[in-house]
Amino acid sequence: MLKVKDLDVYYGVIHAVKGISFNVPEGKIVTLIGANGAGKSSTLKAIAGLVKSKGNIKFLGHDIRGKQAHKISNMGISLVPEGRHVFVNLTILENLRMGGFNKKHSELEPLYEKAFELFPILKERANQKAGTLSGGEQQMLALARALMSEPSLLMLDEPSLGLAPKIVAEVFDIVKMLNSKGMTVLLVEQNAAQALKIAHYAYVLENGAITLEDEAKALLNNEQVRKSYLGEM
Amino acid sequence: MNTTLILQQLFNGLALGSLYGLIAIGYTMVYGVIRLINFAHGDVMMVGTYIAILAVSVLLLPWWAAFLLTIFATAFVGVVIDKIAYKPLRNASRISSLITAIGVSFFLENLFLVIFGGVPKSFPIPALFSGTLHIKGVILPVISIIVPIVALAFLAILMYILHNTKYGIAMRALSLDMDTTRLMGANVDAIISFVFAIGSSLAAAGGIFWALKYPSINPLMGIMPGLKAFAAAVLGGIGSVPGAAIGGFIIGIVEILAVALFPPLAGYKDAFAFLLLIFVLLFKPTGIMGEDLERGRF
Repeated sequence: MLKVKDLDVYYGVIHAVKGISFNVPEGKIVTLIGANGAGKSSTLKAIAGLVKSKGNIKFLGHDIRGKQAHKISNMGISLVPEGRHVFVNLTILENLRMGGFNKKHSELEPLYEKAFELFPILKERANQKAGTLSGGEQQMLALARALMSEPSLLMLDEPSLGLAPKIVAEVFDIVKMLNSKGMTVLLVEQNAAQALKIAHYAYVLENGAITLEDEAKALLNNEQVRKSYLGEM
Repeated sequence: MNTTLILQQLFNGLALGSLYGLIAIGYTMVYGVIRLINFAHGDVMMVGTYIAILAVSVLLLPWWAAFLLTIFATAFVGVVIDKIAYKPLRNASRISSLITAIGVSFFLENLFLVIFGGVPKSFPIPALFSGTLHIKGVILPVISIIVPIVALAFLAILMYILHNTKYGIAMRALSLDMDTTRLMGANVDAIISFVFAIGSSLAAAGGIFWALKYPSINPLMGIMPGLKAFAAAVLGGIGSVPGAAIGGFIIGIVEILAVALFPPLAGYKDAFAFLLLIFVLLFKPTGIMGEDLERGRF
């Protein structure tokens, strides 16, 4: 579904992503794991069109590199950004409205229903400002908002960041459930253990380059990964 | 001074304040979405009054058609200014855009000086707006009653747009977080153009009323109302639409009442807005309605 080839991202003189290539097949969860600053977020931002990049990004056969972010979003790629970035000055309902920005009025109601079914907590607070939500609730809202556009590829940037373990488990359960219903997911995580548990395939990023790739299950048992990313001695 | 006179001055202040408020909304909204103090905004108002005078005296349109044309044409001018002058600098430092805005201001003032000359033109006032009303001894020009009503109507329409339409909601989202607004599939450039269109059309409305109240127009007429409206926007809390309206009312009323109560100060009437601005910056820099700068606007 998504084919990335020789992707480079520069911030001025800093070479953040160094010619990486990877695939996200339809219906799978693929994860990019790696330490802080390895280039994971930059990769997602490049795919979403938020930062300039070089190389080749193909989505459903179309070349999307260099396209504007809103056009990429309209093609069916939805990014849940790192740090959630809900619109704290808007109500929950307005946040969802933004998520479904290009949906017709008649299409919105069933989408709201779906979001509230998946995240009942949002329904209770529909008219509250998103800034009043807890971190975990904001993550749920960011996810719900990303789903409003009915994307075919869902990209998640560090969804576990700053959340209590119980909430993290909840978020990952939801991602897994979405995937079981056919959603393709590209997941970026520092929390490698959690990510590898739900992913099908994984890539390890170090200093902007891919150093390792395999089935997620295999990487869970890989000695090097266990040492570097799973906190085992 | 008796109550009748104070009441009368209060109404005059309200009318003047509505004008400042109408112009201040443009400052505040543009600042909200792209963090730019558009110092050319007062001159956009001036452009509006010239469009109106052309529409009435050259195109010979009836006043209502002339006003509608003015509002749409000025909106277009605002959008074009953004596309030509500000959009190329969207990712540049804020000071570059600010200096550019001052440049656009000088450009418009001098362009209109070249085209129309510096001699003030008299603005034709339709009979409808020129009368006076006598209510229980209070003498009010009709225009002083119409202006606040129209200003409040525009404010209500704008608040409706901001809270109930998807482009309005997107403007508020954009004021918080441009990149995430892009991720929602919203064309940020189109939304910014829409903001400039709204701000400029309100400035045009303000300009028309300004010319109806003070029917002598010249290419530099936008400077003082523009600066006072800027003070109003800061007083109300830059970025807040209701704040801009409130700030405008306060500055208008203070200006008129100060001169009415202390006639020897008449020569300093332009100073009061800036005195207020200084006090706001000293004691509450975020203004009346302003919140934490990072929490989004409108």
